[in-house]
Amino acid sequence: MTRPNNQTTVIVAHQFETLEQQFDADLLGMWLFLVTEALLFSGAFLALAVYYHQYYDTFSAAARELHWLLAGFNSVILLTSGLAVALAEQAADQHRRRLTLWWLSATIALGVAFLGLKGYEYYMEYRAGLVPFLDQPFAFSGPDPHNAMLFYNFYFAITGLHALHMIIGLMVLLVMLVLTYRWREGARVARQVRIAGLYWAFVDIVWVLVYCSLYLLGR
Amino acid sequence: MNYLNAGYGLKSWLLTLDHKRVAWLYFISITGFFFLGGAAATLVRLELITPAGDLLSSDAYNQMFSLHGIVMVWFFLIPSIPATMGNFLLPLMLGARDMAFPRLNLMSWYVFILGGAFTLTAVIAGGIDTGWTFYTPYSTMFSNGAVLAAATGVFIVGFSSILTGINFIVTTHKMRAPGLTWFRLPLFVWAQYATSLIMVLATPVLSITLVLLGVERAFGIGIFDPALGGDPILFEHLFWFYSHPAVYIMLLPAMGVVSEVIACFAHKRIFGYKVMAFSILAIALFGFLVWGHHMFVSGQSIYAGVAFSLLSFLVSVPSALKIFNWLATLYKGHIRFDAPMLFALSFIGLFLIGGLTGVFVATLALDIQMHDTYFVVAHFHYIMVGGMVSAYMAGLHFWWPKITGRLYPEMWARVSAIIVFAGFNLTFFPQFILGWAGMPRRYHAYAEEFQLLNVFSSAGAGMLAVGYLLPLLYLIWSLRYGARAGGNPWDARGLEWTVASPPPKENFATVPRVDSEAYAYDTPQ
Repeated sequence: MTRPNNQTTVIVAHQFETLEQQFDADLLGMWLFLVTEALLFSGAFLALAVYYHQYYDTFSAAARELHWLLAGFNSVILLTSGLAVALAEQAADQHRRRLTLWWLSATIALGVAFLGLKGYEYYMEYRAGLVPFLDQPFAFSGPDPHNAMLFYNFYFAITGLHALHMIIGLMVLLVMLVLTYRWREGARVARQVRIAGLYWAFVDIVWVLVYCSLYLLGR
Repeated sequence: MNYLNAGYGLKSWLLTLDHKRVAWLYFISITGFFFLGGAAATLVRLELITPAGDLLSSDAYNQMFSLHGIVMVWFFLIPSIPATMGNFLLPLMLGARDMAFPRLNLMSWYVFILGGAFTLTAVIAGGIDTGWTFYTPYSTMFSNGAVLAAATGVFIVGFSSILTGINFIVTTHKMRAPGLTWFRLPLFVWAQYATSLIMVLATPVLSITLVLLGVERAFGIGIFDPALGGDPILFEHLFWFYSHPAVYIMLLPAMGVVSEVIACFAHKRIFGYKVMAFSILAIALFGFLVWGHHMFVSGQSIYAGVAFSLLSFLVSVPSALKIFNWLATLYKGHIRFDAPMLFALSFIGLFLIGGLTGVFVATLALDIQMHDTYFVVAHFHYIMVGGMVSAYMAGLHFWWPKITGRLYPEMWARVSAIIVFAGFNLTFFPQFILGWAGMPRRYHAYAEEFQLLNVFSSAGAGMLAVGYLLPLLYLIWSLRYGARAGGNPWDARGLEWTVASPPPKENFATVPRVDSEAYAYDTPQ
């Protein structure tokens, strides 16, 4: 495979004067979008905090039923994927197509592994009777199962919302993989990978918050 | 060659990336929603002519005021000025060829239409009777209307305003012409910018709240349900954390429009430009800190109530500054009473009344008397209809020659402005008195002694309908028969008036350089 040509002419979208202006605008747009995403999660976290305060003992007991070690291992996987996407950005910046493809693939593989493990975790909770909706019997053995249900509602709502963001992020990364494979304009690919990487980093950071505020409660 | 004749056929409109055409897509759709919401209001006012609940059943009445509220708030007031005039004018005022993200701009319209479709489905499939506020636990447990479809529609339309907000902020930061510094921006741009900040920072909280509401209703997850350990007041907190700032999403663009119109028709530099710009930002900021004043009687703590009451009073400071500065701009100006100016002056008067009565209802003790009465209804209609819709009409008339290249018939427009002003006051002033006397809102029957004032109010609503239908007719008429407008029919200042009417597709042949402040009315253009 030949090395990609870095001298291709770069086309700036008609509304911009320079490529730099376009890049700045795209990056700012993504940052603003992430602000809205952070606020989206914040509503759910706020509600969780209110009820945690209200039902401290029950929520702590309910949280201890979660598989915190497995999820901790999963966090390591996800954070490693964050490293991989950062390296992909760097490789794209240096116009190294092959290396970018490698790191993007690694990111996607780690992301899929995370979702797989998360699915396994859901399955174990399902088997243990900790799913309080879809007409499932709720078999929480601790005190006050009534309010423990509320905790599990939050657990499934917040981790589900996060998983949805993971899936969207994975689709974005797949598009990046295709764009990198084609490698039309080096500068443009580098820019696109950087913006996609920003989104993935956000999904990582949200998971750290999810892990701390759900799994580590009462420990 | 201009943006209107640059391409013909449905495809050239529905797939357009031109911000000016996207503005038209919004113009047409929100006009449809405005008259739908207006029709619901008409039925409400017809029912209230007599004390007995005879025209509509109580269920049908609940559905009508809910439909009116949901459609008017989310499908007319919130998108109104930003999505139409903002879309059309922001790049022109900044000296840019388009928005930073033209595709996102078009997408936000499709998202808007999708949300509208869901909400209309809700209306057809059994209606919704929760009011526009979707309060739990009624909305999640008891209402047998199509709450899920309506909430989904509002959830979707939220993303439309988030996308618009992101686009406006990035465009304002990154697309300004050389020399166009922040303090040379027209106040309209400042207003759009502050509005976009609210859209971006508040709307996601509404989205997650509606998601939680939706999963509660669909799967029986009890996040707001007291029977399952949840707290319905939490829903109110989260809802108003968006919905109070949403009032400023509606109002700030209106203030931007009024500043442009007043400066032009007084032919004077706006008084206290920097104070005007900062008071816009201050209103946007305070708007985030006052949501609890909707919940004085919901059982929140008294200390929270005191804090929210105090912070609500604070909003009146920047608002009053703006009113004084508009008046100071008029002082010794060469005032012309064209239709946009008449609408803008009605804005000032009606907004003043709406704002002052806002201080009444922000007072803890008084609010206990006035909560959920027609006093509140009158107060927020003075802000939203008297204020916001008047400003929308002012802007629509002011920029109509720029947008279409045609002049509207001046005499008819002045008649419409006067009818709207008179009809508005006749509709809503009696409601202050009714509320003060204790008539509660949201009932289809009422006590005999309230009838006279209700008849006034309904008669006024009829006048308002005429006042709003007239522009629909003569503006459409002017598209074909109106006199041709030159590039700058009002002798106004601003980059949008330096291009032809209607503007060329690319706005500016060469990027303009700006070397003077906005509102340089003391120098010839």
